[in-house]
Amino acid sequence: MANRNEHFVADLAASEVAEIDAVRISEKPTNLYLDAWRDLRKRPMFYIAGVLILAVTVMALFPGLFTQTLPNDNCLLANSNAGPTDGHPLGFTRQGCDIYSRIVHGSSTSLSVGLIVTAMTMAMGVFFGALAGFYGRWVDALLSRAGDIFFAIPYILAAVVIMSVFSDYRNVWVISAAIGIFAWPSTARVLRGEILRVKQADYVMASTAIGVSRFKILMRHVLPNSIAPVIAVTTISLAAAIVAEATLSFLGVGLPTSTMSWGNDISQAQVDLRTAPQVLIWPSLALSITALAFIMMGEAIRDALDPKARAQR
Amino acid sequence: MVGYIFKRVLQALPVFFGTTLLIYFMVFAMPGDPIVAMFGDRGVNQAVYEQLRAQYHLDQPFLVQYFYYITGIFQGDFGTSFSGQPVGDVLAATFPVTIRLALMAVTIEMLVGIGIGLFAGLRKGKLFDNSSLVMSLLLISTPVFVIAFVFQFVFAIKLGWAKPTVSGAAGFTELLLPAVVLSTLAVAYIVRLTRSSVIETSGQDFVRTAYGKGLTRQRVVRVHILRNSLIPVVTYLSIDFGVLLVGATVTEGIFNVPGVGRTLYQAIIRGEGPTVVSFVTVMVLIYLAVNLITDLLYAVLDPRIRYGK
Amino acid sequence: MSNETPLLSIRDLAIEFRNQHGVARAVDNVNFDLWQGETLAIVGESGSGKSTTAHAIINLLPGTGRIAAGSIKFDGKELVGASSAELESIRGREIGFVPQDPMSNLNPVWSVGFQVEEAIKANNPGMAKQAVRAEAIAVLQKAGLADAAARMKQYPHQFSGGMRQRVLIGIGLSANPKLLIADEPTSALDVTVQRTILDHLSQLTKASKTSVILITHDLGLAAERAEKLVVMYRGKVVEAGPSLEILQNPKHPYTQKLVAARQVTPRVPHTSTEVAVKVSNLEKVYSIKGSGFKSTPFTAVSGVSFEIKRGTTLALVGESGSGKSTVAKMVLGLEKPTSGEIEVDGKQLAGMKPAALFDLRRHMQPVFQDPYGSLDPLQNIANTIAEPLVTHKVGTRKERQERVRELLEQVSLPWAISTRYPSELSGGQRQRVAIARALALKPDIVVLDEAVSALDVLVQAQILDLLAQLQDELKLTYLFITHDLAVVKAIADEVAVMNKGQIVEFGSTAEIFANPKQQYTRNLLDAIPGAKLL
Repeated sequence: MANRNEHFVADLAASEVAEIDAVRISEKPTNLYLDAWRDLRKRPMFYIAGVLILAVTVMALFPGLFTQTLPNDNCLLANSNAGPTDGHPLGFTRQGCDIYSRIVHGSSTSLSVGLIVTAMTMAMGVFFGALAGFYGRWVDALLSRAGDIFFAIPYILAAVVIMSVFSDYRNVWVISAAIGIFAWPSTARVLRGEILRVKQADYVMASTAIGVSRFKILMRHVLPNSIAPVIAVTTISLAAAIVAEATLSFLGVGLPTSTMSWGNDISQAQVDLRTAPQVLIWPSLALSITALAFIMMGEAIRDALDPKARAQR
Repeated sequence: MVGYIFKRVLQALPVFFGTTLLIYFMVFAMPGDPIVAMFGDRGVNQAVYEQLRAQYHLDQPFLVQYFYYITGIFQGDFGTSFSGQPVGDVLAATFPVTIRLALMAVTIEMLVGIGIGLFAGLRKGKLFDNSSLVMSLLLISTPVFVIAFVFQFVFAIKLGWAKPTVSGAAGFTELLLPAVVLSTLAVAYIVRLTRSSVIETSGQDFVRTAYGKGLTRQRVVRVHILRNSLIPVVTYLSIDFGVLLVGATVTEGIFNVPGVGRTLYQAIIRGEGPTVVSFVTVMVLIYLAVNLITDLLYAVLDPRIRYGK
Repeated sequence: MSNETPLLSIRDLAIEFRNQHGVARAVDNVNFDLWQGETLAIVGESGSGKSTTAHAIINLLPGTGRIAAGSIKFDGKELVGASSAELESIRGREIGFVPQDPMSNLNPVWSVGFQVEEAIKANNPGMAKQAVRAEAIAVLQKAGLADAAARMKQYPHQFSGGMRQRVLIGIGLSANPKLLIADEPTSALDVTVQRTILDHLSQLTKASKTSVILITHDLGLAAERAEKLVVMYRGKVVEAGPSLEILQNPKHPYTQKLVAARQVTPRVPHTSTEVAVKVSNLEKVYSIKGSGFKSTPFTAVSGVSFEIKRGTTLALVGESGSGKSTVAKMVLGLEKPTSGEIEVDGKQLAGMKPAALFDLRRHMQPVFQDPYGSLDPLQNIANTIAEPLVTHKVGTRKERQERVRELLEQVSLPWAISTRYPSELSGGQRQRVAIARALALKPDIVVLDEAVSALDVLVQAQILDLLAQLQDELKLTYLFITHDLAVVKAIADEVAVMNKGQIVEFGSTAEIFANPKQQYTRNLLDAIPGAKLL
């Protein structure tokens, strides 16, 4: 454009006009979940977490595959807090029991509590969150206030009270219920918020105009489109439940000492922290790695499910 | 603004009654004799039993019991601890220490968490960002009592930088180690939250417009990105205060800090049910109060709330 | 600055973005010049690279964008590769920037005054506090904000969209820059507001001899406001030159299509005596929650009456807040009227039993505005189109599949997309799917709520053609809701103009365009960008 008022026209061969709004589709169908699944399989974090979770699960289901030593047999006080020896790679506890074996056999407790609590919070959270978010009005007002009340009591403190009251009935189910009953409001809140957003969408209105029933709209359109963040939050809360069980056991209101549990072992090792820190370190490490695996899995799922987070990387 | 405060306080009331009722219900409306249950295997002597029965009005219907209990709370009567001291007196003696510890922890959380999170968010995908991510995941997955033991062992016992337990005076330097331990609970979450919040805010249109005005990067980060990113962090801090209280219980127990948390910790360890209930109630009330205060602080940070939108 | 050298000169500009698949070139080989005091418009559809080009001038490319090649010379200085300090001194002070969306471009947590003062301080270091404040008030007043001094303390959410845009224009011009880049400055606003703001903007820039680069998707608006046009298509400049010349004599096929899309041939009116939809005295009152516990009634629609004859189109035209969408929702039975009657196919909507309403839905279907929100992202296209059939238990699985195939054909989409999800489709294609879904039950009446408003102009013309063709084939009755009078000519037989919840004028399309009786209608017609140019 040397001249101020030149009328420039691009070379027609180099700037062909395409057909208006031509359909171009990719090789494979894509939607949020398919994309997320493809994305997950590219993440190292997903594989590391997956392998760890698989390992802990196998350990909990078939401890015999990992150790032949039984955790409570052959505990010799002579071995109290002793270091590793042949066949006992991590040494011995204060009572002279094999630490490695106790860790292997304790995994099922942590995992069961984690799974039961998660199932509970998921069920209650999704049920109440969906009702509150989708039906709104007085249902929402009632459920949200109820949620506020449960939310206002930190769930570990609540569990401390419940476990104090139920001191005669301490088992995996009771401790899971004690944690889960106060943990659901956060799941419900996340889902409610998402549903409030999704139910504004035009496709919900379009389905209403077709004559689809309210309940079907909730199940078919609204829930699938709002559940994604809940999946991620739930995976992470599984780790939180495992840590909560250990904390309660540490406080002495968890499972009875006769039950094999990482929390109990850590709690009992604290007296000898100065002289034999390894007795405390090993079960702590097992606990942290298990929790880490679920947190990493949850993070990977969350990032994969959130197109915004995918772009953030 | 006045309307907003009024509304918030009004909303907090049902939660207050709900939570106290719920705790009370959990303890006293369960089948069986709550006093015997609370003492567990230890058994309870007749004198204490009678005293507790009278104190909790167990001969009355449940709602009447609750009514006595709640009017007591309004009069500052939180019940009597196991040793016979009024819970109110124990609180008065221990509360300042816990406040000091909590404030120190929150300060550390904010300084370290927001600092690292901001830096990581502004350089996403770089080495610093990735290593802070790994560190925060490790911290998140470790229970606070493990961190407490590890820190106690490494910094106090091995390196001798601090005393493993705190004296009755609970001075600033003594509280530093427990405060650091307590802060690790939330610091990792704050790093992550600040980071993602900073990344999200940086992509907002008004940030581009701010650059378009000719502002320097430093000013845009400080005035526009950081300020807006703090809103979710403040929300998180207030919600997380409950976790901090639980953490304080564990940390004060391990480091022998003479605060509310240690009293609760010892009551739990010794199976002193009634004291546990009183202190849990107090902690829940503190939590509610903190949430109310942050809600008001929130209004200062975000004018959209201040002007009732 | 002499008149021989341009103020801004862009040569061989190329911009690239990095994504998962590698590097994509968003803008390639862009050249143009801008002289002092000139207004130049860059026109193009979404994704043409027009905004990216403008942002590159002051190096505000989003995300991974970077300038890959070329030169941008402004006032003798090379901006490509300039240091951030140099760019900071140019931004605001020499090149002002007015962004697109007034809702998201002011920081919600700072007062409006603060954000204006901040711009003034950045470009006048060392200015006294009092002077900055006085200057900020002056800037806002100049931008056309009444009682500026009092409004300094207010926050963006207390301003309407038009007022926020005035604030942004004030900020952009606050340092008397030599060049102002205005990125679709009014496309989010109502046409009448758009017009007053653009008038004001050109008045200010003409007075100060500021050059302007106006980014817009609207050829009419561009030609009306700018002396020169640069038409961009898929990252390249396809045509550039004096506005009127391009409008009268477009040479590139793309520009020719754009110009042709503006020359709507008014349709042959459809007539009928049979009434399909009859609305009388419709009223809708919402109660708006105020502060505290009071709620104030807000009348969204009042005294609305009209009839739509079978096989014809009634366009309901109005600006945002006029109540037109509320009317659509009431006709569809998605909202209950406060009072008044709606009769569809001779049946009263009010007091209808759920089962009867369910049956009625077969005869009346909607197509909504937002192409990104109108399809469930987790349902594939075939399931989406089949949903009405499944819900009303029409046919066997096989017959339904056959019907989906037929519908896709009707809206000119290939069968291959039936197993795909909406994320793969463009806005126009999604609206086609929405139309197919609406037609699945063979309805008589289709309510189109801003169904083409979000689409690029060429796609819009294509969908309007499709709608007209379907109407003839299937004898459909349309209720067509829109804010855009320009599209009305192509599709409507009758027009009802709504303002503040009431119908202010009703007439045949030809009548309304040729001889509007109400001032409000005249304002709307005048505000169509470039209406007088062609």
